[in-house]
Amino acid sequence: MVLIIPSEIVARGLKSILEESREFLVEENLYDCSRSGKARLRNIDPDVVVIDPAVLDFHGRKEGRNIIGEVCDSAVVALEGPAVNEDILRQYDGAFSLYDEHSLIIRKIRNAIDSRQVEPGPESGELSAREKEILVCVAQGMLNKEIADKFNLSIYTVISHRKNITRKTGIKTVAGLTVYALLNNLIDTGSVQ
Amino acid sequence: MKEILTPDTVLSDMIDINYSLLQVVSRIGLDLKYSGLKISEACTRSGIDPNTFLLICKVYSSNEYVPSKTDIAHGNISDIIRYLRGSHLYYTGAALSYLEASFDRLIAPCERRRREVIRKFCTDYKEELVKHFAYEEEVVFPYVESILEGSRAGDYSIAQFEEHHGNVEEKLEDMKNIVMKYLPAECDNSGKISVLLSIYHLQDDLRRHTYVENEILVPMVLNLENYGK
Repeated sequence: MVLIIPSEIVARGLKSILEESREFLVEENLYDCSRSGKARLRNIDPDVVVIDPAVLDFHGRKEGRNIIGEVCDSAVVALEGPAVNEDILRQYDGAFSLYDEHSLIIRKIRNAIDSRQVEPGPESGELSAREKEILVCVAQGMLNKEIADKFNLSIYTVISHRKNITRKTGIKTVAGLTVYALLNNLIDTGSVQ
Repeated sequence: MKEILTPDTVLSDMIDINYSLLQVVSRIGLDLKYSGLKISEACTRSGIDPNTFLLICKVYSSNEYVPSKTDIAHGNISDIIRYLRGSHLYYTGAALSYLEASFDRLIAPCERRRREVIRKFCTDYKEELVKHFAYEEEVVFPYVESILEGSRAGDYSIAQFEEHHGNVEEKLEDMKNIVMKYLPAECDNSGKISVLLSIYHLQDDLRRHTYVENEILVPMVLNLENYGK
């Protein structure tokens, strides 16, 4: 795991909480998203990046997820704070607050990682468990935002799941996905309008 | 190969070489009793502009054909609309009914509730397509005709058509994948193949139809809006 947090106090505190759990190893805090920081990130290629979006300028905050996405394929979790609003947080794979309980922070980071495990197994065509869950929601007519709330994911992640579902099944429309879900016994006929 | 899509080619020769052009012949309203005549003659006698007829034939004969500015400038809008109307009639009549009927036969062995959901997908698509055509018939074509008559009606413009010209292909593509990969085992293979053949045919046809609308009708009307006839 890599942190991008300008505050030494926050970074150290977070590192100690995360490492106490023995689940995560914080390799480095980059402090900012400078060119050298990005180069370092590319080298480490961590599973997770925790970023305080305040390191990015105002326009960059929304793009922050993509800036990191260009450098490495990590799950990106944002720190909630005065610099960010809900719209910005949705771009990320997950978010937590400095005031969250230890266990909640860890759970949120874990969720963010899970949500990124959507990258396709090489053209298997088989939907993952999470993709199936999301497919069922889509078939029931739920909107991306509702699905994001239900599974505690960012909209960004929901959209990437939906892209993968379409790529694997070859089906784009909601109506088509509903038929697919039905034929594969993911929903029963009673739940279709 | 000798160029066949010229005014001097005999109509029946053209059909003989590429029978899929029969669709254009039928939709634009060319009478087959003139099939022994040169295209220019057969068209004139049916009251159709030969260049416009050939323009549409070119779209149907090649995937790479791009009409030139001159082709567009010399085309006749009324004949394009005549073809588009004929085309709509064919889709909403023969093509969709045939597709629906073969689809019904295919899914007949499925369990009832499943069958209903699959069937609904098919009828919803049909309705969507019918609505799409209805908009063109009720709004776009009358608008174009009103400019042709010199009395531009309302504040509509062809730019709005371009904006709203939705994609009618996505669901058809989905239907194709469902039939090919996901139908239950009780649906038989020959039924699937016959449905797939009509889906591919419709898809290809719709693509060319849309091409005529977007790349021929729209620029023609834009010319008309900007410079008058």
